Amino acid sequence: MKYIFDLHKTMLDNHLILVYEGEFTQEITKSVLAMAERNMDSSGEESTTKRKVFNVMVECLQNIVKHADDVKNNHSAIFMVGKQENEYIIVSGNPIQKDSVDDLTERLDHINSLDKDGLKNLYKDIIKNTEISDKGGAGLGFVDMARKSGNPLEYEFVEIDGTSSFFCLRSSIARG
Amino acid sequence: MEILNLEGTEDTPKIILDKGNGIFEISGRSLPEDSAEFYQPVLDWISAYANDTNPSTEFVFKLEYFNTASSKLILDVLSALEDIDGTTIMWYFHEDDEDMEEAGEEFSELVEIPFEFKTY
Repeated sequence: MKYIFDLHKTMLDNHLILVYEGEFTQEITKSVLAMAERNMDSSGEESTTKRKVFNVMVECLQNIVKHADDVKNNHSAIFMVGKQENEYIIVSGNPIQKDSVDDLTERLDHINSLDKDGLKNLYKDIIKNTEISDKGGAGLGFVDMARKSGNPLEYEFVEIDGTSSFFCLRSSIARG
Repeated sequence: MEILNLEGTEDTPKIILDKGNGIFEISGRSLPEDSAEFYQPVLDWISAYANDTNPSTEFVFKLEYFNTASSKLILDVLSALEDIDGTTIMWYFHEDDEDMEEAGEEFSELVEIPFEFKTY
């Protein structure tokens, strides 16, 4: 049972206040949000910071829900929130089709290359010109995460097998 | 005309569209799983209202939070209101919520309707 202690210690060492691993649905999203909100409320977090963290969490979680069926027989994803002295860290990892890697890389690099006004213009451009996809997305999630967090979106792809990769995404939000 | 009245939940906003009493309001949190489906009754109601409008329409948005999928649908709602003469958007934001204020400003740049900004 040593792994219990190890996991506990890993969480403490990395200042993780919330870790969820498993299937992601709208119901799970609401529960995870409620837990994180309660944690921030009880620690008296500043309302601006709280709103930004909530915002980034929603986009991150709903992204995972929307793409949960992208890889057959592998719906298990991970979501974590870390609270450090100066910032909140929101991390997710989910399986995706390997052939989405190039497209995601291109979109994320483009977003990360833009400043505040560039992101604002990209947001307005997308909202004017795109329709809601059959997955219910507006294609605005990453742009919004970058805008609200005020920081680049760090990412990495870990190969799972010949057809799928694990998409790791990390946002950080300065504490007020 | 029938009143559209939806109670707010933890992931959907409260909505009142009441022509008789001149109340048009969307408030609370908007992060539904399927935003297009959720806002369809609102868009349907507005297109019916467009055939027989009040002399003026003060449409209130008092949102605490909305996700990006909802923002697309909010723009659709605003675009539908664009065709209704005498419409004013009352955009409420919490006094320390700059992001919500900015979101309202961005919407106001995307449609041709007068916006009034108010804090709560």
